[in-house]
Order: sequence, then C-alpha cells, then structure tokens
Amino acid sequence: MTDAATPHVLRGKRILIAKPGLDGHDVGAKVIALALRDAGAEVIYTGLRKSPGEIARVAVEEGVDAVGLSVLSGSHRELAADTIERLRAAGAAGVQVFVGGTIPVEDFENLRRLGVRGIYTSAMPLDEVVASVAQALAKQSA
Amino acid sequence: MTIQPARLAPAAGAEGHREPQLTPESSAGIPIPVVAGADPAGGAQLEAPGSYPFTRGIFPDGYRGRLWTFRQYSGFGTAEESNQRYRFLLEQGQTGLSVALDLPTQCGYDPVDPMAKSEVGKVGVSLSTLADAEVLFDGIDLAGISTSFTINGTAAIIYAMYLAVADKHGVPREKLTGTIQNDILKEYVARGTWIFPVRPSMRLIADSILYANETTPRFNPISIAGAHVRDAGATAVEEMGYTLANGLAYVDELRRRGGDLERFGRRLSFFFYVHMDFFDEICKFRAARRIWARLMRERYGVRDARAQHFRFGVVCGGSSLVSSQPYNNAIRVTVETMAAVLGGAQSIFTCAYDEPFQIPTEFSAELALRTQQIIAYESGIAKSVDALGGSYFVEQHTDRMEQAILEVLGEIDAYGGVVKAIEDGWLQMKIAERARERKVRVDRGETTVVGLNAFRRAEQSEGFGEVFRLDPQAAQRVIERYEAVKARRDNRAVETVLARLEQAAAKDDENLMPYLVDCCHAYATVGEMVSRLKTQWGVFQEPVRL
Repeated sequence: MTDAATPHVLRGKRILIAKPGLDGHDVGAKVIALALRDAGAEVIYTGLRKSPGEIARVAVEEGVDAVGLSVLSGSHRELAADTIERLRAAGAAGVQVFVGGTIPVEDFENLRRLGVRGIYTSAMPLDEVVASVAQALAKQSA
Repeated sequence: MTIQPARLAPAAGAEGHREPQLTPESSAGIPIPVVAGADPAGGAQLEAPGSYPFTRGIFPDGYRGRLWTFRQYSGFGTAEESNQRYRFLLEQGQTGLSVALDLPTQCGYDPVDPMAKSEVGKVGVSLSTLADAEVLFDGIDLAGISTSFTINGTAAIIYAMYLAVADKHGVPREKLTGTIQNDILKEYVARGTWIFPVRPSMRLIADSILYANETTPRFNPISIAGAHVRDAGATAVEEMGYTLANGLAYVDELRRRGGDLERFGRRLSFFFYVHMDFFDEICKFRAARRIWARLMRERYGVRDARAQHFRFGVVCGGSSLVSSQPYNNAIRVTVETMAAVLGGAQSIFTCAYDEPFQIPTEFSAELALRTQQIIAYESGIAKSVDALGGSYFVEQHTDRMEQAILEVLGEIDAYGGVVKAIEDGWLQMKIAERARERKVRVDRGETTVVGLNAFRRAEQSEGFGEVFRLDPQAAQRVIERYEAVKARRDNRAVETVLARLEQAAAKDDENLMPYLVDCCHAYATVGEMVSRLKTQWGVFQEPVRL
C-alpha cells in the first residue's frame, strides 16, 4: 500500500529486519517488513531475541543491502552501536543500518553519529519510511 | 551527505492535509446507526446487575460495594528505586501495586548473561534472586495490599519468590492477594516473553494455578490478557475473541489436569486495553461478561456464579497514545478511564501521558493516578451500577459486539483451535496485517488522531517537558547484588534444590511449585531455575511468517 506513484522503489534490494535484544514487541517490525516488501524489496525477518552478532552474521550470509533494527526497550543506542561494529568487523561496513521503534528525539543525533542512516518512529507514515529507505539505498548504489 | 528523516503527516492547512470526519463505523468496524430506536431485539432480556449472565455487572451493588483497584504499573532500575516509587504511589492513595519487571527477568536470564546486556533494569525492575524481592517489598505490608506482577514466561518462579518473601515477612500465605499475569498463550502471539514450548508452558501454568488455589486462595494465579494483542493491532472485537479463546484453552488444560472448574474458575481473571472508541469499549465488556458466563454454564455446566464471573482489570492508553502533542494523552486516558468504569472494570491502570516514549516521571505518574481519583470521587459515574444499562444504543451495540466476538471465536474453532493457530503463526500474522491496516488508515487520515494527523501545528515540537532518566549506574548495582548473593549463599544447598526441580520437571504429573519455592528460599537465581527447566523442556521455536 505504498504511494501509487512509486510502486517498486525498492526492487532488487535485500533488507534484513531484525529484533535485537529481548524486546518482544514485533508488530512495528512486521508492519515495516510488509511495507518494504510491497515496495519491491526482498525482506528477511529474523524473529525475536537475536544478538547483534547473530544479526550481523545473517546480514553477511544473506548479502543484504540494509539492516533495519526494531527496538522498543530503550536499548537502541547500545544495540545499534554493537550491530554496526559487528557488521564492520565482518567486512560488511557497506550494509546500511536503520533503526525504528521508541526512539526519543534527543537520541537521533547520537544514533546518526554512530552511523545509523535513518531513524523511524510510529508517528511516521509508512510511505515516508519506504521513500526514505529507498533514497538512502539509491544514493549508496549511485 | 545527510539523509532527510521521514516527514511527519502534513499540518493543518498544508498540502495533503485531510479534514477529519465522523466515520459511519465504530473503531472495530461495526456500523453505527445515526439514531438508535426502541428495537425490540435489542436488550430484550435485561437482567439485574449481579444476575446471570451478568451483562450489567458481576456485583449487584457495582462500585458502591467496592471501588475498583487503582493499580499503576511501575518499576525500573534497582529494587531500591522501585521500592521508593511504590512507597510514593501508596502514600498518594494507590491501592494496589503493579510490578514491572525488566526483560532479562521476564525472559529468564540472569543480569550477567550476555543476552541480558543493555537490558538490565530498563523496562522494569530486575529480580534475579530472593534478595532483590526482599529489598523491593521492604517496609510494605504484604497482607494489606494486593500486588500484581506482569510476568509470564517466568511467572511461576516470580510467584514462588513472592511466597518466599511473604514467608520472610511472616505473612501467612492465605492472606496474600494479587495477580500474576501467567498467560503464556498471548506471549507467543504478541508480547514475546516466551521461553519454553507451548506444552510444558501450559503445564507450568496449570501447576501454578492448582497450587495457588490451595495455598493462596485469595490470589489470582492468572490474568488472561487481551491487552497486548489489542495494542499490537487487533480490534476490540478480536481482542475479546482471542482472549476468550485463550481462556477456554486454559480451562481445558486445567480440567485435563484434574482441576475442579467450580473452584479454579473463581480465580480466573482477565486483562484488557481500553482505547478511544467509547462505546466499543463499554459494550465489549458487557458482551464478554455474558459470553463467558454462558460458556461456563452451558458448555461446562458450572453452577457456582463466582466461577461464571468474568472479572477483569484494564489498562487505559497504550498505542492509543502518541508522542505528538503529548499532553493530549491525558485527555485520552480520561475518556478511556470513563469507558472502563462504565464497562465495570475491577482494576484500572491509567497510562501516563509520556508513556509512548519513556518511563513516566513522578509528575506524569501522579497525574495519571489523579485521573482515576477524579473520575471515582468527583464525576459521579461510579455511583450507580451500569449506569448506561437500558440505553437503546448501548444495549444494541452490546448485542452487535457480542455477535462479532462470537464470530471471531467461531473462526478460531474453524482453524483448529487457538493453540494450533499460535503454533502455526497464523494468529500472529493476522495481527500484523491488522496493525498494518490501522497504520495505513492513520497515515491516510481515515482514522483521526488529533495532533498527529489532524490539527497539527506546522512547527510542532515532538520533544517536551520533563524527561525521565534512568540512573546509568543502576544496572551495575543490580549486578553487584547478584554477585554478592551468589558469593554468600550455600551453593551446595542451591545445587540440591535445583537438581530436585529438574527431576520433578521430567515427570508430567508432579506440581513444580513447591520445588520453585524451595529454590527461591535457597537464593537460586531465576536464570538457574530456567536453565534447568530448559534442559528438560527445550525452548519455543518461533514460527517466523511474513
């Protein structure tokens, strides 16, 4: 149900949607996964309770273009930092990392400095989230 | 190169902005008449409150006999900090405690476990051994208050820990009142703190309920919860349908274990969300009360009215609250609390306005509690039981909700039962799809959320006011106490009780509760107990479907 004008902006992209840590609130992750899939991306969802190490390993094995971390427990800084570090260590620094969930605005800048490319909260329309991810991935491949 | 963050919905007057409208359906999608007349089919048989099937309430005198319990969910950081917040809330007139536990405790990991890293004390208090519980309840009279624990995967263990701390306080167990949520089925569907596979989890729940019926007869050993399914995206109708289906699954399990429904049925309780559609919310409770009573009497032949009663607590707020113009949330919670009262809730938790994005501050937590107190003591709506009973619209809407809830129950039966629906991931997928529909409707402005997709100010700030900051040293102090307990306890005694627990877990007909209480008294850790049970039972394999 994305914007009719940009039906398949993510065609050819592989995206891993992941739930790091112990937080069990996965509806946001699934809703985003469905929206990205409808925009043409091939989406893999990890399921709950994955460590940053496991997420990085799956990202490398699956050769994804991007990882979307869903965190509603308040642990987004630690988990995003850890995931980015492990992706770099695995030689996959080119994999773009996005974060969604309960993220206070004050933490946005901090996350960006860690290397997070996009931050999304439940207030943002799905079409906008999809467009923002597409923009980031298009610039990467250009 | 900076990537622009996604834009928020257009402000009022800006391009793409839609004027909000009154929709012809309720939030659950039920058509709403412009005017409700005297329909002879609606509310034809209006019984008195306190009479079967209890549409108008389970007590003849409603809140005049006993007001609902004011129960604010709270807990964070160390046991000391949470103990201080509890004492504050009790001093302010709160009448029951509701303990929020951190995720490692909920998922069965000790605070030093690599999986617990960065989550210790974050969304609730850490309870890893009896020593934490001793601090948490220090100076609180356990015989005088009721304590509710939002705990599921490790519910039997935390219940055992509460019994152990009551033993230490010298409080007789039969005096204890409170609730453990102990509803694993909805964890597989929506909340995610499962540990073991479905079968042994159901056994552990039956163990704790049967044990509680004997040991703590005034304690609710389960609170069958629709709240999380609702907050995850289900409609009010689905919330009721799925939860009643889960309730029936527990009833069947307990009867299979030899439990007497006339007895354990009296201690089953439920827990729901109240969101913003006022009459959907009121009428879903009126409808569910009579559906449950009829199921108990007609399907199972239950004779004791108390075992037919549909008793429930509620939480007002959740995903109906948004971070845009956050002070509006206090008004939302007010409306929702009125619906809860008019629907006949036994206990109410009012979310604080800042809960969409942080642990409430002392200020916002107090305002949330005051909301209930104003409705209880100033508004007058609690004085006459089921004050809306007999309204053409309310009776007819109750009938419509009842019909729709029964359809959901029928759909689950047709699929092959709720346990199969969960193990296959079918229910999880349905809820995700529903959540997406709701999100798209809000994005398009079809569902109005004031301040978010309607009546936005152009330069609206999303940040505001007082911010709650967790003490960054809290996790370290949790770990220090954990290490100290492990260093001073009698490790041989711990090994003995853990070995007994594991042996008992291997046998299907043994009740594990006495073993868990022994483990708690010996200062075994939550992680140690869980790992012994995992050895016997394995872990749940999550069906990942998209």
